[in-house]
Amino acid sequence: MKLKKNIATSENGFIFNPATGDSFSGNAMASEILLAMKNGDTEAQIKQQLLQKYEVSATQLNRDWEDWIVQLKEANLLEAAIYDSK
Amino acid sequence: MQKLVYERPYIKKLTAGVMNKFGSRSGGKPFEYIDNVPVKSLIASYGSPLFVLSEKQIRRNYRAAYRAFSTRYPKVQFAWSYKTNYLNAVCSIFHQEASWAEVVSGFEYRKALGNGVPGNKIIFNGPGKTADELLLAIENDSLIHIDHLEELNQLIILAEGKANKPRVGIRVNMDTGIYPIWDRFGFNYESGDAWAAILKVINSGRLQLAGLHCHIGTYVQVTGAYGIAAAKMASLALRCKAELQHSIAYLDMGGGFPSTNTLKGSYLPGTDTIPTIDDFAEEITGTLTKAGFANDELPLLILESGRILIDDAGYLLGTVIANKRLSEGKRATIVDFGVNVLFTSFWYEHQISPAQEFAPNMENMVVYGPLCMNIDVIRESINLPLLNPGDNVVVHKVGAYNMTQWMQFITLRPAVVLIDEQQQVHLIKAKETLDYIERDEHVPGHLK
Amino acid sequence: MTANNYSGLCIGVTGLNANDNPGPGVAVIRALKEGLGTGLRIIGLSYESLEPGIYMRDMVDKTYSIPYPTEGTAALFERLTYINDKEQLNFIIPNFDAELHNFIKLAPQLQQIGIRTFLPSIEQLMIRDKVNLYDFGQKNGFHVPADHKLYAAGDVQKATEELGFPLVVKGKFYEAYIAHNKEAAIKAFNQLATTWGYPVIAQQYIKGTEINIAALGDGDGNNISIVPMRKLYITDKGKAWAGVTIEDAALIALADQFAKATKWRGGYELEIMRDADDKLFILEINPRFPAWIYLTAAAGQNQPLALVKMAFGEKLTRFEEYQAGKLFIRHSWDQVVDIADFQRISALGEL
Repeated sequence: MKLKKNIATSENGFIFNPATGDSFSGNAMASEILLAMKNGDTEAQIKQQLLQKYEVSATQLNRDWEDWIVQLKEANLLEAAIYDSK
Repeated sequence: MQKLVYERPYIKKLTAGVMNKFGSRSGGKPFEYIDNVPVKSLIASYGSPLFVLSEKQIRRNYRAAYRAFSTRYPKVQFAWSYKTNYLNAVCSIFHQEASWAEVVSGFEYRKALGNGVPGNKIIFNGPGKTADELLLAIENDSLIHIDHLEELNQLIILAEGKANKPRVGIRVNMDTGIYPIWDRFGFNYESGDAWAAILKVINSGRLQLAGLHCHIGTYVQVTGAYGIAAAKMASLALRCKAELQHSIAYLDMGGGFPSTNTLKGSYLPGTDTIPTIDDFAEEITGTLTKAGFANDELPLLILESGRILIDDAGYLLGTVIANKRLSEGKRATIVDFGVNVLFTSFWYEHQISPAQEFAPNMENMVVYGPLCMNIDVIRESINLPLLNPGDNVVVHKVGAYNMTQWMQFITLRPAVVLIDEQQQVHLIKAKETLDYIERDEHVPGHLK
Repeated sequence: MTANNYSGLCIGVTGLNANDNPGPGVAVIRALKEGLGTGLRIIGLSYESLEPGIYMRDMVDKTYSIPYPTEGTAALFERLTYINDKEQLNFIIPNFDAELHNFIKLAPQLQQIGIRTFLPSIEQLMIRDKVNLYDFGQKNGFHVPADHKLYAAGDVQKATEELGFPLVVKGKFYEAYIAHNKEAAIKAFNQLATTWGYPVIAQQYIKGTEINIAALGDGDGNNISIVPMRKLYITDKGKAWAGVTIEDAALIALADQFAKATKWRGGYELEIMRDADDKLFILEINPRFPAWIYLTAAAGQNQPLALVKMAFGEKLTRFEEYQAGKLFIRHSWDQVVDIADFQRISALGEL
């Protein structure tokens, strides 16, 4: 899973997709994950960081991760055809 | 290291539309208590889903409505509309408050007798009374409101030889400027049918014409319609006096007053647009007092309100089963109560509140019930915070009709509890059981 | 009192949607700025993040999103309280029909937190509602096109028998179509009923000249200002894109008759059709300033300014003069802003 190139994120949690012209706002957690994804961190790395830092179970995080990927896909923010979470 | 509070990652596309968080009807604070009783403890004790009624609110509603009419008119009587909610505990509250019973079937009639209502304080309405039921009502000296000519003819026959003439009223329908006209019930005013029915009752010599009854519609949101209705009812009564030298003892203006629920398709929320009971009372009593009755001949004013007295005293508690995203990306939340127990979700946009603290982000979503049926939609579009499976929700203003029109379908109907004025919780109807549902079933021997 | 006494006011204005079906907000602000000069602070109140007025930084000092009218008075009051805490609003001018109900209901509460309004009553609002307009005309001696309320497609037949063709078919709140045959009328009925609910209104079509009157009632049965405007160019949405002030005693008399009949309080617009016999039909009454309200200022009767003065208790004498022959021609203009502005108003509700 990889973010599209050129996705612009701002400090306020705004996301702009220059390819489509769409804007998004996200909560703090979304901003943090997007930043990690932009840095090229893997899913496993990101999840591990979150589990260490936040009060959340692995089960809950995995469930939310699936929903997160669906949101990114829906928002057209992911590179095409890489929806396998390896 | 102290771990930080986690929140589900969430992005939202920015559109030209307003952000939901600027004042959403369902936003604001969690709804954690009903009359100081924790929602969570109610669910822990009685299961989910669960109907909860507030005795304090019921009594407050009744007293406010009665005061609205009785401070404006000398003779006022309320009759509790059984079909709105005929749980015996509920009826008993209204009867304690001096309400009569207004019933529309033999079943409801017997419930009223069972609740200790004297026969002469039961009003028997409806188009479907059987001969046996009419006889029972005659024996009990109840007020029988005649819906159609068949019934009138039957009553004349049943009344033959009775020492005490049965007390009857004529149900009148009329054009009050609202749509639709409920001309399927009773006799029409404008066509003269109502007057003809009055003549027939008087001329029969066997029936006592005690009153006139109307019920102009349901969820009527314009007070003026009641003024028109009151004027037409008064003119019939005055004509009885003038032409037949017969005094009409009471005018029953029925019910139909709206609660503050928001009807589907209405632009502004019901809480801002629905007239108050004082507005309706002003219109009705103002019309009657100016209609031309002699001061000592003002008829008794009867009201058969249901919904307005109980809707906001009822809550439905439930639990989130699951979340999912629909094909278009819209969020859907599945809860454990369906349209079979929340019948009013077909015409109201019910307010739903989370029953616990929630994250600030709101999302537009559809709320589905658990029935395996496409029609099982509680809200087609509502802004709610992200709810997790196991979270509880409270549906507001569900006290009217749901506990009588509910259907048993693929699951068992939930329990109903009453919170009394001392904040004690009473189970007033237990959750259904499989045994109860199957008690009267019979499997023929060859299938066993 | 002079304009200077009003300097430093902070005024909230809605209706910033200066698009092809424009709200009056930007025109109201322009008139206020002209009347009150520098020192005036304008707070835009927006519903959607692409309302052009939000981005006109020379007109609007700051904009806040407010909840849609459907969210009700409680949500609106909460938001206005928040805005007021930051901005100390002195006055609000709502400019949308659909929001008026809420603002009127909230007026006493707003007054308590120091925000004045100058609005009609709920009763005045209802009396001119499309659904009640014909009865209002009958009762008060105004010419109003005959109408027929439609609740089912079957009612169209009866309406066309009474009213003939062409037939104006109007939604309960917004939108109207002119139907030239029964099929078109039924189609319009279905569409409008689905969008706006019942009843749909079938109205007699009146042929003639379209004239609008912008006026300001004092709430005691008098008008402080009346400016009639003849539409010169009408868009396909029926909006005036150009118009000229005209002088006609009959139009002034009509507005005065209206103010007397209703004791109207605040701005309003009469939409008039003058037929071939010079009869003046009231087609619609808008309970607020029209989008072309700046023309009243340009012609010598600054109605938004007068509204502010009345709200602050100043006794105004009625304007008697305005310039006939003042022409407005609307134009469109592409503003260019950064996406960050859009993101901020969209997500944070403030810009």
